[in-house]
Amino acid sequence: MSKGVLATDKRGMRELGAEEKIGWDEVTQGVVLNSFEGDATNIAEKKAEERDYADFSSYTATVASWRVIKPVYNRDICIDCQNCWVWCPDTSIVSRDKQMLGIDYDHCKGCGVCVEVCPTNPKSLLMFNETEDNDEALAGWPQKEKKAKK
Amino acid sequence: MAKEFELNEVEVWDGNYATSQALRQAQIDVVAAYPITPSTPIVEGYGAYVANGYVDGEFVMVESEHGAMSGCVGAAAAGGRVATATSSQGFALMAEVLYQASGMRLPIVLTVVNRALASPLNVRGDHSDMYMGRDSGWIQIDAFDAQEAYDLPLCAFRIGEHLDVRLPVMVHQDGFTTSHKAQNVTPLQDKIAYGFVGDYVPVDDMLDFSRPVTHGAQTEEDWHYEHKAKQHKALMDSTKVIDEVFAEFKELTGREYKRVETYMMEDAEVALVLLGSSVETAKLAAKQLREEEGIKVGIVSPRCFRPFPYDLMAEALDIPTLKAVSCLDKSAPGGAMGALFNEVSAAAYNTESRPMITNFIYGLGGRDFAVDEAKRIMREQKAHADAGHITTNIQQFSGLRGPKLGFFETRRS
Repeated sequence: MSKGVLATDKRGMRELGAEEKIGWDEVTQGVVLNSFEGDATNIAEKKAEERDYADFSSYTATVASWRVIKPVYNRDICIDCQNCWVWCPDTSIVSRDKQMLGIDYDHCKGCGVCVEVCPTNPKSLLMFNETEDNDEALAGWPQKEKKAKK
Repeated sequence: MAKEFELNEVEVWDGNYATSQALRQAQIDVVAAYPITPSTPIVEGYGAYVANGYVDGEFVMVESEHGAMSGCVGAAAAGGRVATATSSQGFALMAEVLYQASGMRLPIVLTVVNRALASPLNVRGDHSDMYMGRDSGWIQIDAFDAQEAYDLPLCAFRIGEHLDVRLPVMVHQDGFTTSHKAQNVTPLQDKIAYGFVGDYVPVDDMLDFSRPVTHGAQTEEDWHYEHKAKQHKALMDSTKVIDEVFAEFKELTGREYKRVETYMMEDAEVALVLLGSSVETAKLAAKQLREEEGIKVGIVSPRCFRPFPYDLMAEALDIPTLKAVSCLDKSAPGGAMGALFNEVSAAAYNTESRPMITNFIYGLGGRDFAVDEAKRIMREQKAHADAGHITTNIQQFSGLRGPKLGFFETRRS
């Protein structure tokens, strides 16, 4: 899945914890972290890639290293039902105008909920080892399962 | 718009009522509370002001004290002026959230009516709850009588909300001896009181939709330490603002408050250090003992329990004539010296006078502390001074039935 369609340059630009280690005199008062740079009035009406996320927003950090298995998305089977988008606990399913675009691999933790709730046959999302190549995973995608006759 | 409350120049109020009036005059946005003896009348009184149109803010009934302080944290993070009241077990249940409030730098005002902690269950006044809060990162100010229970909450909003401070503040008073004792109180008229407290200036408020913020972020070993150090610095530096607010309050009312209050210390040979409603008892005993027996006794009382006023405490005790000091702690020490003994010893150790210092535990669970007992302790300090060394155990118990109980001795002169 190409990354360009999913995010601005700021998404996942750093490892979590790779921030500049400033001293006690420079840290924010009360550990208050601002989510966006500048005026964020009506920010909810902007798409994620159009927002100016602050450096301390987790949007700009990647936690990809936490994942050992990953979901792979198969566009050819997906019916854009949005189930995975609704259920993903980390907003890592990227969808625009009710069309599924793919996985945000910078924030996906590999929990597998999206695969579990996918209603298609075969599933449009399947879990693979993190080290497996996505194209190879797609090439070996399983066939439709036939219902067992009574 | 809140109705104005008609007040006489002098009112007869108990400590609880005085505090509830001060909270009303501060026009708080949210009070989330769960009443508990002996602080119940603060919340009760405040609820009545809300119901009768004297307050514009919200009063939130919650399911516990943990919920009360959680509600306060939420409302303060949202950007409101916030306060509540509690005592004893309720304070203990709040404990987890107290640390959240100070770490999140939310200037909540908590009025604490001091009461013993169970077990055994006890509703009377001692300082167990106040002492329990001493590492929680709050500013702790102690009111010794009803007038102070009115004055100090007004100061507390000013101190905690100051942009250089932004820390929560507890205002303590003694259960029953202060909270339920009616005394003459000279209040400020509503407009003057609110003029002193001033409008609340929110910082990083969650209701500012132009600048969404995360409150209560998690930090591990790479960030936590820096944040706690910054918080401690703000607490230590708050002394400057406390002094300024007290000075401004004196200008307005003529009533003077200091982080360390002293009484007849100028030429004192012996001194008691204590706080709360016992200060008045000790002052009376000191005055009488000076007149009756010529013993030069002085009284030192930390008005500010946190940040502990090491500077002014050292100054108060650095008197050439001073030989023996006893620190009186109204809280079960739990395997240590009383907290006042420890703090005062630390403050006095590097002074020139470096007096002998002993510790009395007293008044637990509301055990009475009367003038005669205060005098007995003062005479004992005089005996140390005359002998040139501490003639008793360093830690003793005042007003306790049964065989004499004491710990540790020294022959240091």
